[in-house]
Amino acid sequence: MAELGAQAHGTHHPGSAGARNPLQHHFTSLEQQREASSLGMWVFIAQEVLFFGGLFAAYTVYRSTYPEAFAAGSHHLSWKVGFFNTLVLIASSLTMAMGVYSAAIGKKQRVVAFILATILLGSVFLGVKYFEYGEKIRPCFGDGPHTGCLVPGARFDASALHLEGPAAGHAQIFFSLYFAMTGLHALHMIIGVPILLLIAYWAWRGRYSPEYHTPVELVGLYWHFVDIVWIFLFPLLYLIGSH
Amino acid sequence: MTPAFPLAPEQASSFAGEVDALFLFILGVTGLFAVGIWIALFYFAIRYRRRSEADRPPEIHGSLVLELTWTIIPFLLMSAMFVWGAKVFFHLNRPPDDAMTVSVVGKRWMWKLQHPTGQREINELHVPVGRAVKLVITSEDTIHSFFVPAFRIKKDAVPGRYNMAWFRATKTGTYHLFCAEYCGTEHSKMIGRVVVMEPEEYQVWLAGGPTPESPVQAGEKLFTELNCITCHRPDSAGRGPVLNGIFGRAVALASGERVVADEVYVRESITSPAAKVVAGYQPVMPTYLGQVSEEQVISLIAYIESLQTPSQAAPAGAPMPSRAKGARSR
Amino acid sequence: MTSEPRSLPAEHYLKAGWDLKSWLLTTDHKRIGLLYLVSITLMFAIGSLYAGIVRWNLLVPDGSQMSAEAYNKAFTGHGVVMVFFFLIPSIPATLGNFLIPLMIGAKDLAFPRINLLSWYIYVIGAALTMWALVSGGLETGWTFYTPYSTVFAESNVEVAAIGIFVAGFSSILTGLNFIVTIHKMRAPGLTWFRLPLFVWAHYATSIIQVLGTPVVAITILLVALERIFHFGFFDPNRGGDPILFQHLFWFYSHPAVYIMILPSMGVISEIVTCFSRKRIFGYSFIAMSSLAIAAIGFLVWAHHMYVTGMAVYSAMVFSALTYLVAVPSAIKTFNWTATLFRGSVQWDTPMIYVFCFIGLFLIGGLTGLFLGNLGVDVHLTDTYFVVAHFHYIMVGGAIMGYLGALHFWWPKITGRKYVESWGKVSSLLVFVGFNLTFFPQFVLGYLGMPRRYHAYPEEFQILNVLSTAGATILGFGYMFPFSYLTHSIFRGEPAGDNPWGAKGLEWTTQSPPLTHNFDVIPVVTEEPYDYASPPKEAVRG
Repeated sequence: MAELGAQAHGTHHPGSAGARNPLQHHFTSLEQQREASSLGMWVFIAQEVLFFGGLFAAYTVYRSTYPEAFAAGSHHLSWKVGFFNTLVLIASSLTMAMGVYSAAIGKKQRVVAFILATILLGSVFLGVKYFEYGEKIRPCFGDGPHTGCLVPGARFDASALHLEGPAAGHAQIFFSLYFAMTGLHALHMIIGVPILLLIAYWAWRGRYSPEYHTPVELVGLYWHFVDIVWIFLFPLLYLIGSH
Repeated sequence: MTPAFPLAPEQASSFAGEVDALFLFILGVTGLFAVGIWIALFYFAIRYRRRSEADRPPEIHGSLVLELTWTIIPFLLMSAMFVWGAKVFFHLNRPPDDAMTVSVVGKRWMWKLQHPTGQREINELHVPVGRAVKLVITSEDTIHSFFVPAFRIKKDAVPGRYNMAWFRATKTGTYHLFCAEYCGTEHSKMIGRVVVMEPEEYQVWLAGGPTPESPVQAGEKLFTELNCITCHRPDSAGRGPVLNGIFGRAVALASGERVVADEVYVRESITSPAAKVVAGYQPVMPTYLGQVSEEQVISLIAYIESLQTPSQAAPAGAPMPSRAKGARSR
Repeated sequence: MTSEPRSLPAEHYLKAGWDLKSWLLTTDHKRIGLLYLVSITLMFAIGSLYAGIVRWNLLVPDGSQMSAEAYNKAFTGHGVVMVFFFLIPSIPATLGNFLIPLMIGAKDLAFPRINLLSWYIYVIGAALTMWALVSGGLETGWTFYTPYSTVFAESNVEVAAIGIFVAGFSSILTGLNFIVTIHKMRAPGLTWFRLPLFVWAHYATSIIQVLGTPVVAITILLVALERIFHFGFFDPNRGGDPILFQHLFWFYSHPAVYIMILPSMGVISEIVTCFSRKRIFGYSFIAMSSLAIAAIGFLVWAHHMYVTGMAVYSAMVFSALTYLVAVPSAIKTFNWTATLFRGSVQWDTPMIYVFCFIGLFLIGGLTGLFLGNLGVDVHLTDTYFVVAHFHYIMVGGAIMGYLGALHFWWPKITGRKYVESWGKVSSLLVFVGFNLTFFPQFVLGYLGMPRRYHAYPEEFQILNVLSTAGATILGFGYMFPFSYLTHSIFRGEPAGDNPWGAKGLEWTTQSPPLTHNFDVIPVVTEEPYDYASPPKEAVRG
C-alpha cells in the first residue's frame, strides 16, 4: 500500500495554516513521488490479482470436475441478494470515482461527502453479507439436526441442495470456495473502510488539493479493484446453471 | 559382483540399462562443461593474477558470436537430453499388453500387494523374471510413493486415484522397495523387498500356502452380495448396462462424450455412479462409496474385466490380461 | 590506489541515534537492512541447529539417535526456517535494502515506511512460526503436502502456516518497494542499461516475489482453513484433489528458488568485474538473462511432479521448459568466466567466494539437468540426489554469494575492514566442509536412498557418516565469518570510501554513508563497470 498521507520529514514550510509540504524528503519532485506511489499501488494490485488467482484456479478445476454439485450449490444462493450487492458495490465505485474527481478539482466538502457515501455503500454490502452468511452458519451451532447448515465439515447438510452421496461432498467444495472467496473479498472491504475513513478525515482537514491528492487516487484504485473482484465472483458463484 | 563402492544400484529391470545410459550421457555432457569451465576459471585466475596496481586490462564489452555459440550449443545438447528422456518416460508409462497386473495399496505404514491369482503380500512382492508386471497403485490415506531403485521405477500412490507403473525384471535376486513420499512418523519403515524368481520357482511360490481367492473370485462374490447382479445382468433386461465384454472398450455416455471403460471408469461408476451415466440408461444406480474398501473395488474391477461375452469366452480360471493402457492422469 | 584515512567520517548513518527507538522506528533503508541482517543471521543459526540434529541422527542407520517424530520435526524445522526465513529474504532484505538506493543515486527506497513495515511483518511471521516449531513442532516437511498436512499431521500446522503466510507479505512488500524504486528513482543519466547488474538481478527477483508469493500465501491459507474449519479442498474423500495442492504450491515454490539465487548471481556479477578490474563480459546478456529466468521460471513448476501420475504430454511440456530455463543461467556462467580473461585478478575473499560460487553452482545447476530429465527423474526424484542438487545451489551458490557480498560491501556498511587472512581461511573451510557434506549425497541418491528417512539400510552408512563429518566442518566454517566480521565492527581498520577501487555509485559515497546517502544527487555519464578509466573520487558536499 502506498504512502497514504504525506508527512514531510524535517522540512517545514512557513505559510498558510494547514498547508504542509507533501513532498517526502527522499523524492526529488512531487511528480516523481506521485508516479512512484501510483506504480506502487498498481504493483500491489497485480499481487492481489495473483492472490485471488489461486482461488480462481481452484474454482476452475473443481467446477469443471463437479459441474452438478456446483450448479446445485449456486442455485441455492440467492441471486437477487447477490445482484443487489453488485449494484451496491458498483454504486460505491461511482461515488469513489466522484470523490477522486472532486479532489482533482479541489472541492474539499464533496470529497468528504463522496467518500462517506462510499463507506456507507460498502457497509451496506457488508451488512448484507453478514445476513447471507448468518443464515448458512447459524444452523451449524447447537445440538440437533443442523438442517440448513452450509459450513463445510461434519455438520454440512446437503439435503437442502437435493444432493446425495458423493455429490454432497462435492457441494462442500463449492461452499468451501464460496466462503473462502467471498470471505477474502469481504476482508478486503473491511480493511478498506477504515482506510477510507482516514482519507476522508484528512480531506476534511484540507490536506488535499488539485496539485496533490494522490492518496485519494490510490485508495480509489484499491476500491475499484475490490469492486472488480466482486464482478467476477458474482456470476461465478451465484449464476451457475439455471435449474 | 557388487563393487566395493557402488555408485548405482543393480540393474535388475529392462529399464535400468536405459536409465543408466541416459544418466551417463547427461553426466558426460555436463561433466565436460563443468570441467571445462573449472579449468578456464582456474587458468584465468592464475594466468591473469594481478601483478601490480598499474595493471590496465583491455576494454572488452562482449562478443555476440560467443554469446550465440554458448547459447545455441548448450540448447542443442539439452534438446538431445530432453528427447532421449521423453522417450524413456514414454517407455516407462506404456506397459505391454501381456503384463500381469499386481495391485498395490499404500497405507501408513505398509504396502499391501495382491497378485492376479489372489495371493496377497505385505511389504513384499514376488515376481517371475522376464515377465512384464503392471502395478496399479493407490493409497488409503496420505500420498506414498512406490520406489524400487534396482528397477529404476517410482510412482506416487495417491488417495482417490490409480497410478500405473510397470517393469520387466531381468535378474533374479532381492531388491529394496522404499516409500519415497514422506507420509509421517514411520515413513522410513515403510520399506520392503521385491523378490525376483525364476518362473518355475515363482509358480512354486504361488502354489505354496493356502490357495487364496483370486481377485476375480472375490469380485464375483461381491458382485452378488452387493446386488450388482440385479441390474447388471448379462442379458439386456437389466436396468443397468451389460458389463460382459465392456472392459477396455469405449462407452457412449448420456452426455454425448465417449469414455474408455478402464479401471478408473469402473471405480468411478462404483463410487460416483451419477458422474458418467451410459447413454440410454437412467441415473438410478446408488453409490457404494464407504461401503466397499479399496481392495474390494480392485476385486470388482478384476471380476468385471474378466466378464466376457459368449463369443469371447476363454478357458475358465485364467485371469484375463488387462487391456487398459494405464490410469487416467491429470 | 585509494588513500587510507585514519578514522571514520564524522557523520554517518550509524551515528544518527543510538537508542532503541532510533533503530526500531528507523526509516533509513541502511538501518533496516541491518535490522534484517541481525534477524536472518539468528534464523540461519536456528536453521543450522536443525540441520545439525538431522545430520546427527543420520550417523547411524537404525534411527536409534532419536525418535522418528523428533527427526521429522527436525528436518521440517530446518526446511521451513531456511527457506522462508533465511534464503528468501537473505540478500534482498539485507544487501538489496542497503545498496539499491546507493547504487541508483537515490536517498532512500520509494517507500521507507513500508520498508520498515516489511521488517516487522517478517519478525511477526518468524515469531509465530518459531512458536509453532518450539511448542510441539511441525512434521509435514516444508512442502506441506496434502492430505498429510491437512488430515493426518498431528502438529502445529495451522500456526506455522499462518506464520509463513504472514512472512510472505514481508517478501511481497520488499519486492514492491524495489520495483517502484528502480523504475522511478534512478539518478539523472542512469538509464536501464547503465544499471549495475546487482540492481537488474533484484529487479527480476522482485517481480517473482510480487507475482509468486501471493499464490503460496493463498495456498497455505487454504491448508490452514482446511485444518481449522474442515473444508475439503484437498481431501479425496470429499472430492478434493491432493495433487491440486502440489500444483498451487509449486507454482510459487519453483519461482521461489529463483528468488533465492538471482540476487546472488547479481552479487557475483559485481564482484567478478571489480576483482578482475575489467568491464563485465556480455552486460546486456547477463541483464536480460535475469529477466528470462524470472519469466520462464514461472512455467516449469510441475517438474517436481513427474511421478504423481500427471499426463505424459503435460510432463513433456514441463521438461522442455525446464531445459529452456537452464539456458540463461548457463549464459551468465560463461560471461562471468569470460570476464576473467585478460583481467587483473585479485584473490581477495570476495573473489574467492566468487570462485566457490561458480564452481559449485555449476554442479548444482547442471544436476538440475538430470532432474529435469523425464527418464532419469523417475529414479532420482524424492531421493538424496535432489537434496544434494538444491543444497549445491542454495548453499554452494546462494550462500557463497551472500558471504562474498557481505565481505565485499562490509567496508561500505561498517566503514571498517575485516582481517583478510581470516576471510580466506574461512572460505576454504566452508568450501571443503560443504563439498564433503553434499557430494556423497549425489551418490546416495542414485543408489536409491529416499529423502526424509529417519532410518536407512546399512549399506548407506559410510556415505552418511562422510556427509555428517562435512556438515560439522561446514558448521565451524560458518562461525568464523560471524566472529571476525562482528569483531571488525569494533576493532576493524577504517576502510575509506573505496578500498577495492570499485566502480558503482555506492563507492562514491563515504564509508559508512550519510543517512541521506548523497548531499547532491549524482549525474551518471559513464557506462557501468568502466574500469578502463581511473577510479572516481568520492562525491562530497
